[in-house]
Amino acid sequence: MLSLRNLHACYGQAHILADVSLDVGAGEVVVLLGRNGAGKSTTLKSIMGLLPPHSGEIHFDGARIDGKAPHDIARLGLGYVPEDRRIFTDLTVEENLEVGRQAERAKTPLWTPERVFALFPNLAEMRHRSAAQMSGGEQQMLAIARTLMGNPRLLLLDEPSEGLAPVIIAQMARSIGELKSQGLTVLLSEQNLHFASQVADRAYVLEKGRIRYQGAITELANDPDARRAYLSV
Amino acid sequence: MTFSSIVLQFINGLAGTSSLFLVAAGLSLIFGVTRIVNFAHGSFYMLGLYVAYSAIGFFGTTILGFWGGIVAAALVIGVLGAVIEILVLRRIYQAPELFQLLATFAVVLVIKDAALGIWGPEDLLGPRAPGLRDAVTILGGNVPQYDLALIVIGPLVLAALWLLLNRTRFGILIRAATQDREMVAALGVNQKHLFTAVFFLGSLLAGLGGAVQIPREPAQLFLDIAVIADAFVVVVVGGLGSIPGAFLAAFIISVVKAFCIGIGDVTILGFDVSFSKLTLVVEFVIMAIVLVVRPWGLLGRPQGQQRGAGMLSQPLPQIGRRFLLIAGSIVVLLALLPALGDRYLLVLLIDILIFALFAASLHFLIGPAGMVSFGHAAYFGLGAYGAALLLKQAGLPMELALLLAPLVAGAGALLFGWFAVRLSGVYLAMLTLAFAQIVWSIAFQWDAFTGGSNGMVGIWPAEWLSSRTVFFYLTLIVCLGAVAGLWRILYSPFGYAMRAGRDSPLRAEAIGIDVRSVQWFAFAIAGLFAGIAGALFAFSKGSISPDLLGIPRSVDALVMVLLGGVQTLVGPVVGAAIFTWLQDEIARATEYWRAILGLVILLLVIAFPQGIAGFAGRLLARRRSAQS
Repeated sequence: MLSLRNLHACYGQAHILADVSLDVGAGEVVVLLGRNGAGKSTTLKSIMGLLPPHSGEIHFDGARIDGKAPHDIARLGLGYVPEDRRIFTDLTVEENLEVGRQAERAKTPLWTPERVFALFPNLAEMRHRSAAQMSGGEQQMLAIARTLMGNPRLLLLDEPSEGLAPVIIAQMARSIGELKSQGLTVLLSEQNLHFASQVADRAYVLEKGRIRYQGAITELANDPDARRAYLSV
Repeated sequence: MTFSSIVLQFINGLAGTSSLFLVAAGLSLIFGVTRIVNFAHGSFYMLGLYVAYSAIGFFGTTILGFWGGIVAAALVIGVLGAVIEILVLRRIYQAPELFQLLATFAVVLVIKDAALGIWGPEDLLGPRAPGLRDAVTILGGNVPQYDLALIVIGPLVLAALWLLLNRTRFGILIRAATQDREMVAALGVNQKHLFTAVFFLGSLLAGLGGAVQIPREPAQLFLDIAVIADAFVVVVVGGLGSIPGAFLAAFIISVVKAFCIGIGDVTILGFDVSFSKLTLVVEFVIMAIVLVVRPWGLLGRPQGQQRGAGMLSQPLPQIGRRFLLIAGSIVVLLALLPALGDRYLLVLLIDILIFALFAASLHFLIGPAGMVSFGHAAYFGLGAYGAALLLKQAGLPMELALLLAPLVAGAGALLFGWFAVRLSGVYLAMLTLAFAQIVWSIAFQWDAFTGGSNGMVGIWPAEWLSSRTVFFYLTLIVCLGAVAGLWRILYSPFGYAMRAGRDSPLRAEAIGIDVRSVQWFAFAIAGLFAGIAGALFAFSKGSISPDLLGIPRSVDALVMVLLGGVQTLVGPVVGAAIFTWLQDEIARATEYWRAILGLVILLLVIAFPQGIAGFAGRLLARRRSAQS
């Protein structure tokens, strides 16, 4: 469904991604693991067109998307939830959802505020509240909900567990599981292997901008050498 | 003042609120979403008046014709704004914010000459509103009916805007984009359409603000700059991006102005105080007070650290042997030029040298010190006025006046800088503009001391400097010496501290740099050096006028710096040379020199978003890397 081929990306002089290739199949949940600065966020930003890649190709559903503008990529059915959530704190919860709303897409279930609130019941209670008055966990849920309102077919989640309390992380894992069961494809980045192994089918491990490991998440979880080499601090 | 006159002045102020609010609301919306400080906004207001004048003339002065003409004018200006966004600004959203500013100023020049071409130089006073021609008597005073209509229009538009921003998808997108436009794009919203729509709406409001004034104020060509200054003040006092704030600020400023006119000349404690003359300054005084007490405006919210108006700052190049060699040869070449015996060339060169110093002093402030000033002409003018006043009023010899005049400018910069460095980004820029306007108003109105609007004449250099050639050598030595001095400061420990404070105020403070003091001192240095240029200018022309302090001159300096390239050392000097020469050449060839200049600037901005010297530098770097 999504494939990256020999992707290179740079910030000015700094070469962040080198020759990254990866694939995400329909209905899969795939996790990008790696330490801080490994290039996980950059990979997701490149896919979304927020940081146009230096070279390489990105295909989504058979169409080449690298070089397209972010809003065009979003309209093709890629939903992006950024690392720092980037909630519109001047807007209410409902208004945040409105910004994310897009027209219905063929062969994709339509998300409405009611459906979103069913997935994240906490949000329903604060729909008229200013987003500035929400906790980190609630903001993370709102960020995902807002992106779902665009009826994506593939969700890019940048470190959804970062900075959240364990009980919220567990809730987040359940929500991602539910999205998967509804047929949504997910590519997420993570540092938290425990969280990743709860939600993901397959994993890629990034180190210094290169893919070092790929395989089923269960294999990685049971491979202490690989864990030590790429993930331990 | 009696109770009834207080009420009447209050009504007067309320009537003035509407138009000011409309313009400011449009400016605020455009800035919020696109982050462009749209200098052309005042031009849209001016065009609103002109187009309304013509439209009402076309439709006829019936009730329908009058209001139809006003609505038509607003729509025409809205479309014009959208077209300018599509043709010009859309191409430069990736460029530094200051370049966008430069582009909008070029638009100001083009629009001014277009209006001159279409409507001519005469003031055009529109018809009075049919059905609202009379006055009503309130508490014994006459209030025009049209003023009452205006009092209703302002709050109506405020309510309509509130509904639009809070109850429609378009409004929600505007508010979201004001906070994080990249995220809005990542959610599938086409930014281009949003920006164009916002420009349409903002320009429409400016056009409407102008059009509704047609029975009260004639359409005039100087309104563009006057109104943009007013609108800046209102937006900043109210808080950037806050529409209710804009209304509140427009209200306060209009009412205070109305009272100043109403009070007129009175004697307080034995001093004659002319409140009506204060109207030119009073809004800027209000702004200065508000910004110092509440730096983010009355209803605005504190913003994150803005610095250098979104510029990527690169380290300054090291001055190498080659640079010195080239610079030295140019100086020698310049020194030989008087041998040609071309008097006109010498006059032009003196201008270029003076403006090169002026631009370099502004560059010192904008580039390495990271503080954008919209009012640098204040210090140029203070230098010029200082020289003239020391010569004429204090009776000092010319040499001493030339020596001391820059200190006047430096002292002014020290005073204003103390306030200015408390702010950053756009707010700082607006405050510098306010201070420049205050200085201008004083020079303009204090007839007895400064010569008022006429300025002063007979400010000639001493006998031994009176020949053009000798004065040229004096200018050459002083200007080049001063520019070299400014550059030397950049490479001194103070210059490093200044650049560190610009790049990361927090880290600079953590290593023991008192960033605010460094900025304050830098502000004073820039003012002092601008003063040197101003003093020389006064003696080179033999006369001074308030124009020297005006907003257009401040903008000229900005254009020189940005045209040359703010990232480079020589940029401002190159920019000053090209700008001064171009202005001179075009002004001799055509009456419409502003439009030509504006178009040239637009072309340059779109073609070289790094400035001319910056572009040349990158070309050199590319060639070098290609060779190696």
